[in-house]
Amino acid sequence: MLGRTIFIDPGRCIGCQACVSACRECDSHRGKSMIHLDYTDEGRTVASLPTVCMHCEDPVAPCAEVCPAEAILITADGVVHEADPTRCIGCANCVNACPFGVPKIDLAAKLQMKCNLCYDRTSYGLAPMCATVCPTGALFYGTAEELQAERPGVDVSTEFVFGATTVSTGVAMVVPPERQAPVPGGLLNVIEVNGRSTPGNG
Amino acid sequence: MSGEQVPLDPSVAPLGTREFRDAGGLPAAAWRADQTEQTLVPTHCCFCGIQCGMYLRVDGRGKVFGVEPRNHDINRMRLCPKGINAYQQVNHPDRLTAPLLRRDRKQPFREVSWDEALEFTVEQINRIQREHGRDAFGMLGGASLFSEKTYLVGKFARVALKTRHVDYNGRLCMVSAAGANKLAFGIDRAANPFADILQTDCLLIVGANVGECFPVLTQYVWGARDRGATLIVVDPRQTAVARTADIHVALKSGTDSAFFNAVLHVIVEEGLTDEAFLAANTTGWAEVKAAVKEYPPSRAAEICGVPAEQVVEVARSFGRARRAMGWHARGIEHHTQGVENCLTVINLCTATGNLGRPGAGYGTLTGQGNGQGGREHGQKSDLLPGGRSINDPAHRRQIAAIWGIEESELPPAGTSMMEMVWQMQRQEIRGLIGVCNNPFVSLPNYAVVKDGYDKLEFHAQFDFFLSETAANAHVVFPVTTWAEDEGVMANAEARVVKHNKAQEPPEGVRTDTWVMCELARRLGAGSKFAFEGSRDVFDELRRASAGTVIDYYGITYDRLERTGGLVWPCPGLEHPGTPRLFEDGRSYHPDGKIHLQAVEWHPPADPYDDDFPMTLTTGRTVAHFLSGNQTRRLGALVEQTPRPWVEVHPSQGFRNGEPVRVVTRRGSAVLPALVTEAIRPDHVFVPYHWPYPVAANELTVDALDPRSKIPEYKVCAVRIERARAVDEVPAPPTPPGREAYPETQAPRTDPLPPTSSQGVGTGERG
Repeated sequence: MLGRTIFIDPGRCIGCQACVSACRECDSHRGKSMIHLDYTDEGRTVASLPTVCMHCEDPVAPCAEVCPAEAILITADGVVHEADPTRCIGCANCVNACPFGVPKIDLAAKLQMKCNLCYDRTSYGLAPMCATVCPTGALFYGTAEELQAERPGVDVSTEFVFGATTVSTGVAMVVPPERQAPVPGGLLNVIEVNGRSTPGNG
Repeated sequence: MSGEQVPLDPSVAPLGTREFRDAGGLPAAAWRADQTEQTLVPTHCCFCGIQCGMYLRVDGRGKVFGVEPRNHDINRMRLCPKGINAYQQVNHPDRLTAPLLRRDRKQPFREVSWDEALEFTVEQINRIQREHGRDAFGMLGGASLFSEKTYLVGKFARVALKTRHVDYNGRLCMVSAAGANKLAFGIDRAANPFADILQTDCLLIVGANVGECFPVLTQYVWGARDRGATLIVVDPRQTAVARTADIHVALKSGTDSAFFNAVLHVIVEEGLTDEAFLAANTTGWAEVKAAVKEYPPSRAAEICGVPAEQVVEVARSFGRARRAMGWHARGIEHHTQGVENCLTVINLCTATGNLGRPGAGYGTLTGQGNGQGGREHGQKSDLLPGGRSINDPAHRRQIAAIWGIEESELPPAGTSMMEMVWQMQRQEIRGLIGVCNNPFVSLPNYAVVKDGYDKLEFHAQFDFFLSETAANAHVVFPVTTWAEDEGVMANAEARVVKHNKAQEPPEGVRTDTWVMCELARRLGAGSKFAFEGSRDVFDELRRASAGTVIDYYGITYDRLERTGGLVWPCPGLEHPGTPRLFEDGRSYHPDGKIHLQAVEWHPPADPYDDDFPMTLTTGRTVAHFLSGNQTRRLGALVEQTPRPWVEVHPSQGFRNGEPVRVVTRRGSAVLPALVTEAIRPDHVFVPYHWPYPVAANELTVDALDPRSKIPEYKVCAVRIERARAVDEVPAPPTPPGREAYPETQAPRTDPLPPTSSQGVGTGERG
């Protein structure tokens, strides 16, 4: 099922941000990085996590589903593209819909920015910039078989649980064997305002 | 609209563009993906000792405008953030493009012709040497230069300046490892290639922040881990690689030799030594064994501030592994017993028979791109090309013959870089040429360094950006970046790789080679410096190294271009090079034995007392390189890590981001606190890439290792206090009338520390 895609392994990430700089070098959005690099355990450890677009498959691309301008297109190979600049209205619905917090809005341009798996490179058989340069293999591009050949015994997951919803993705995450699919994506608490629940917004 | 046009040349950043924080390219909004005429020039990164391969993208007009990953077998297309952004230096608006001159420091610089700058320099050299003797003029080189240029620095000092006073900034970097290697093995380089790491069963990383200083080496570390190797990291801080290590020994800085003596103590006690290997291949084992007997784990636990069980655990993991390796870097080398610290790691590898096999051995990680090559061919105060000793009459005769001078004309050994600064203070050295170094940021005890340089009657620097040191000089020569000339560097494996020229230098810029040869000609030594360029120098270097341990004779540009790198010793044109040393158990000493050295631990030079009760340790962060003269000008790197900080443990009672005054006996600086449990409670850490008044090296101590003369950067006594406001980070210096490229400097005024030691997370950026 998984073709050639990105595998994210936070256990290998050293937080160096080579991916952030490399993304900026891509000719289709030069000078702007689409990668998120978070230090997830700030103040306690030096742990870090790169986030690229997960290219959600089921439900397919929540960002595209909520786009009022139908600007976010999905190619037959499962790649969820950045919003088409001739259609995007910069409304940020996609930002709110994405369970992984991936899309950003370029406020000056009033356009969405998002990882498209380096379509200009991958469609020519090259790996995306981030996964090409990643010094540690925390971002790996290839097939699951190639990954497992390099890292014997590695387990991956493409299922993430958010409250009652499970999202399956086109980009995979390396997980410890005992934590195989689905990966907890974080609790979505019922929205409260001043300590009172607001069922209308839930 | 003002009607201003964005320049059509995409390699030159337009002044005044907003949105875009990368110098050296068009703003994102104006980028056109139509670089159809581009060529890719294969070369290597200019930064660290890994020497990753990369392509520079050159446009139809012959200008470098980008980078493309290259599948060189050192790095397999991987690059760190410094490497990715390196190309932006080449056509950066801050580049020096005309010689700068002033007759005294009270005047501003003015741009002058090459002829005027060279003539003034020669005049001053002649005057100072006439009035105060030849040795009153000194020269300081650098280890980011190509090997050809490091060779020229040594030859220029001894043949054109005829001074004994020449040294280089590798003195601040690799000399402790070099000293230990020479003492134990009679050869100064890592014993194994990086690829051997993949085959080891136990990897010991000591005082090396691999994830930040050598990011691309991490692939080998994780590769070893994937194959089941045990990973041991010894470091007072939780580095990115230490975080997931099997054993992280967070010892007190300045106690390494006590720790490794104790590890060896346990290895001896538990019978894990390789007695057959020791008997056949070493001398001094009885003395070492007797010395480590005095270091039971309980004693190390007390000195090092780690549990005694951890000593035993490390000893058993290392001693029982079928193949084990030790790799170290500045963490154990920057000490008043730096050489001895390295020797204790060598003792550990040797005593367990871990040498000369795939996956079993020893290595040292060089910090600068040519940290290895830069120390080999004669810019070090006591060495001549081929690692020859300047004190050895036979060696002197050999080099004098190659250089076409009398042996008696060759000056004696000089002094080390820090000692030269002390001599400047005493006015024993009154004139100086600096090439490819920035001691105002990189030397310890800034107040002393500034005083020494201020006392110079004449000071010239070569650089391509105006460094803090160059900004204090009388003459600045604008020279090429690594992408505008060809030459070789030797990486941490002693693999010699070739850098290729990707573009012509900007108008007004010359190669360091041209400047040294031209100065030599004007000093009357022109016939000894008739070099057209790097190629000619390399041929002389090859001949000058032939027959020595550091034999480059079989390495040619042609072979390097065909193979992607050769490892010395390489004595013949058909010789394949020597990636792994000691495969037959023999060292490079005349007796073929490994000379083990017993080591006694002693406390660091700067004593602790009630006023200075804590430990300050200094180091690097991933987005910046050494003195920062290059990386503090590159937008993406400034954005990742805009400013220095002080790392403190939560138990010290500071809030994150709070201004903290860091005080030592030498000075103080106010930095924002990065409060984290990733550091020992009794330690603070400050990164050193920034200049006064936020320089770590205002605080560090100028105490030297008696043998290697390396300064003790990694440990001094400190106290921390609450303060009102953080010290501001100054902009990188620029020539008069020019401002540091504003788009790259935007984040510099951020008063907050980064999110983590590796930088500001993308979610926390403005």
